[in-house]
Amino acid sequence: MSLLEEPISELARGLRAREFSSVELTQVALSEIEAKDGAVGAFLRTTGSAALEQARAADRHLAADPGGASTLCGIPVAYKDVLCTKGVETTAGSRILEGFVPPYSATAVLRLEAAGAVGLGKLNCDEFAMGSSNENSAFQETRNPWDLGRVPGGSSGGSAAAVAARMACATLGSDTGGSIRLPASFCGVVGVKPSYGRVSRYGLIPFASSLDQIGPLTKTVEDAAQVLEVIAGRDSRDSTSAVAPVGDLTELLRGGVEGLRLGMPGEYLAMDLDPGVRSVFDHAARELEAAGARLIPVSLPSTEYALAAYYVLAPAEVSSNLARMDGVRFGPGFASASSLTEAYEQARHRGFGPEVRRRILLGTYVLSSGYYDAYYLRAQKVRTLVAQDFERVFSEVDAVISPTAPSAAFRLGERVADPLAMYATDILTIPANLAGISGISVPAGFAAGLPVGLQVLGPHLGEGVCLRVAAAVEEAAALWRKVPAPTPHERRLA
Amino acid sequence: MSSYECVIGLEVHAQLLTRSKMFCGCRADYLGLPPNSNTCPVCLGLPGALPVINQRAIEYTIRTALALNCQIPEFTKFDRKNYFYPDLPKGYQISQYDLPLSLGGYLEFEVDGVLQRAGITRVHLEEDAGTLHHAGEIQASAFSLVDLNRAGVPLMEIVGEPDLRAPNQAPAYLAALRQTLIYLGVNDGNMEEGSLRCDANVSLRPVGADALGAKVEVKNMNSFRSIQRALEFEVGRQTELLDQGMPIAQETRGWSELEQVTVSQRSKEGAQEYRYFPEPDLPPLLVTRELVEDLRGQLPELPLPKRTRLQTRYGLSLDQARILADRPADADYFEAVVAAGAAPRTAANWQIQNLQALCNAAHVQVEECLVPAAALAELVQMVEADRVSGSVAKNVLSEAFGSGASPAQLIRERGLGQLSDSTEIANLVDQVLAGNAQAAADYQAGKDQALGALVGEVMARSGRKANPKIVNQLLRERLPR
Repeated sequence: MSLLEEPISELARGLRAREFSSVELTQVALSEIEAKDGAVGAFLRTTGSAALEQARAADRHLAADPGGASTLCGIPVAYKDVLCTKGVETTAGSRILEGFVPPYSATAVLRLEAAGAVGLGKLNCDEFAMGSSNENSAFQETRNPWDLGRVPGGSSGGSAAAVAARMACATLGSDTGGSIRLPASFCGVVGVKPSYGRVSRYGLIPFASSLDQIGPLTKTVEDAAQVLEVIAGRDSRDSTSAVAPVGDLTELLRGGVEGLRLGMPGEYLAMDLDPGVRSVFDHAARELEAAGARLIPVSLPSTEYALAAYYVLAPAEVSSNLARMDGVRFGPGFASASSLTEAYEQARHRGFGPEVRRRILLGTYVLSSGYYDAYYLRAQKVRTLVAQDFERVFSEVDAVISPTAPSAAFRLGERVADPLAMYATDILTIPANLAGISGISVPAGFAAGLPVGLQVLGPHLGEGVCLRVAAAVEEAAALWRKVPAPTPHERRLA
Repeated sequence: MSSYECVIGLEVHAQLLTRSKMFCGCRADYLGLPPNSNTCPVCLGLPGALPVINQRAIEYTIRTALALNCQIPEFTKFDRKNYFYPDLPKGYQISQYDLPLSLGGYLEFEVDGVLQRAGITRVHLEEDAGTLHHAGEIQASAFSLVDLNRAGVPLMEIVGEPDLRAPNQAPAYLAALRQTLIYLGVNDGNMEEGSLRCDANVSLRPVGADALGAKVEVKNMNSFRSIQRALEFEVGRQTELLDQGMPIAQETRGWSELEQVTVSQRSKEGAQEYRYFPEPDLPPLLVTRELVEDLRGQLPELPLPKRTRLQTRYGLSLDQARILADRPADADYFEAVVAAGAAPRTAANWQIQNLQALCNAAHVQVEECLVPAAALAELVQMVEADRVSGSVAKNVLSEAFGSGASPAQLIRERGLGQLSDSTEIANLVDQVLAGNAQAAADYQAGKDQALGALVGEVMARSGRKANPKIVNQLLRERLPR
């Protein structure tokens, strides 16, 4: 059994007991990547020598101050390629950033490095985190370790697949409309979308600034709490980061669900859910009830407008956020242009894939004079209604539970030609981003051999209650030690 | 004959004198630095970098708005103004759209000694762009070089109401505004280097009409003179078109200093679609009433009230008061000289005519020169008391200006003081008369030149220190005609 199948707390203990060193643990991770990633395709690039150097530093720190070192000291992790890493190429899965080597690291990365975590490399994702299947990466396909013919989910598909295939102990992803929770559900791992403002966005290549959050993907709920504790908290470089203290999340998750009121949202459960998904969810809900939680039907009436509002607001921000990709200062740029407009056209046409282009055009349209009120402003009003729905519901219940996605992982290529079907994959996760609340996806069972996640939504800065409920689901399901066996085979060219 | 009225409104951009840029820690004072050295991930617009608001810039803008009699709403926010240009690294400028920091004020200014008032629509805050460099003219250059040292410098925009009715009102308005900004310490007023920039909107309408004509925006004017010239040209151009029955195109035109004409740059059809929307990286700002009142309490005395006070309190002439109130430091120096005991009008004359001339020649400001206010006060008191002659005092001041020595001490050390004691002078006069009976008789006989010789003799015996006024007076008394 590989060391990477152990939870972080066990590895932290082993490191301190000198049963193995961080260098050894890192070497195991690098050889697991070597063995499995040819089939999975989670990593865009590994940083082996830098990782070993960080591991040596972690070993020194652990030897000098085993009690003072962070639980994450010496633990191998990896980063979605939308997170800037100083000195390491960061592409956001896009051709337009090919060759971009940031001179700085994201705050979340810096905090993990300061805790002594070892960075293994950069993980594949949909281009600029836009997509639900990882098929929008400009560079390669990532496959679901449970079934290599299926997608890992997106956009943090590489982050979920790397943890699922036990190639890293924890990874960071980003969630704008479900991009952590959906792949976590598809790949059978835990994925946290923290409340808006809980984790600094500094150094996260933005998709939609008012919706984006960085969060951990891990094997267990406790692992997720430990990573979140390190990366969360106020950052003076992100004015939207929350001032409130993070608290001891690892302690909170041990609270159990006895006496907790859990909302069952009628609008979510009435959707066209895959029967396998539905039965996993119903079973998990009964287990929560058996553990002492009260299940209470709740209503989130604005849900039916959430997807539409999201596909106005997110593209609007995209059209502006991606304007800086103009070929002037980074990326492949333009070859020879006879005018400024032509230079921009060359750089951006070559650089952006079709989904990104589609969203830039959508966003440009909805912000144009004459359309602003009908689209952008109206969508903002819907967003307020969605947030008010949750505010009201959280005065009645402690958390809301639902399936994370209407189905389990679908086949590669299945939804590529139908953007609307692809967009609908996120229908259960998007409202949490619009409302800025906390959410988590935790493995709850299997349907036809594929993992199915349960989503827990909590109030703004209510990560603690989400983790508590998720821990109870995890305990009842008792399946986190189940490991996929991705059989190596020749990787299809992307 | 023209029967049109011109309507002019000015938009002024002022770089703020903060230490750091608007949204990052880079220096706001970017001049003279190697290209692209005054930059960081934020002002380079690198992906993932985020802006953080410069609190001092907010305070400077509110301070300016209060001095311009604006309202300061409690709720304000930043917006993105989206457009592509190589000097704009993010592809959008962080600016303010529908909820600016301030609204609805006015500015008072003088044209030919007559006080006038023009409305201020709003004062808001945004960030400056970088600069582009070309080999010669942009169209002929094979390249564009981008320098982002200036990108992100805090830029305050002061939008004026279309209340000006003649080209010569524009430089007067701008001068008053510039002086106010300098008084507030928020801008250095340097138009040549572009830290203060002015665009003008100008339209014509038939005299008596209410509706405004098509608006032309004129840019690229970088001096008071060019603003007036450009507006005069534009009024003439539009008058000619209207007289010929031609329409005025709503457009942006640039002033060519070389040709002394305005040239079309962009038509209304080519107008930018800026797609403003709220900046999601910056939460809206709540401007507390405490902050506003605090800033209001810290406002300095402004140019017009200061000038009036200098006139009434010190009895200065309008010209003296205007010159001394030009810069607050000049007025401060003057008031320090008076506080140290000098007579106000004499002090004003000495500061304006003598000290200022020395400062101008040496390219220093009065507060930087080596003559402290107390030293000038002492010198002025000596002149007032006839203890030193005007010409000697002037020479001594010039020396003190160069060396930093005390002028009064120089006079004492070198015995340059003036002899004004009548009894002592009377003794000298009597001695001279006793030895020059012929000259005395000549004068009494009507030869005026003879008196000059006698004065010269007395001055010589006094070692040239006797007060010539008293010498003259005593000689005339003793030689009645």
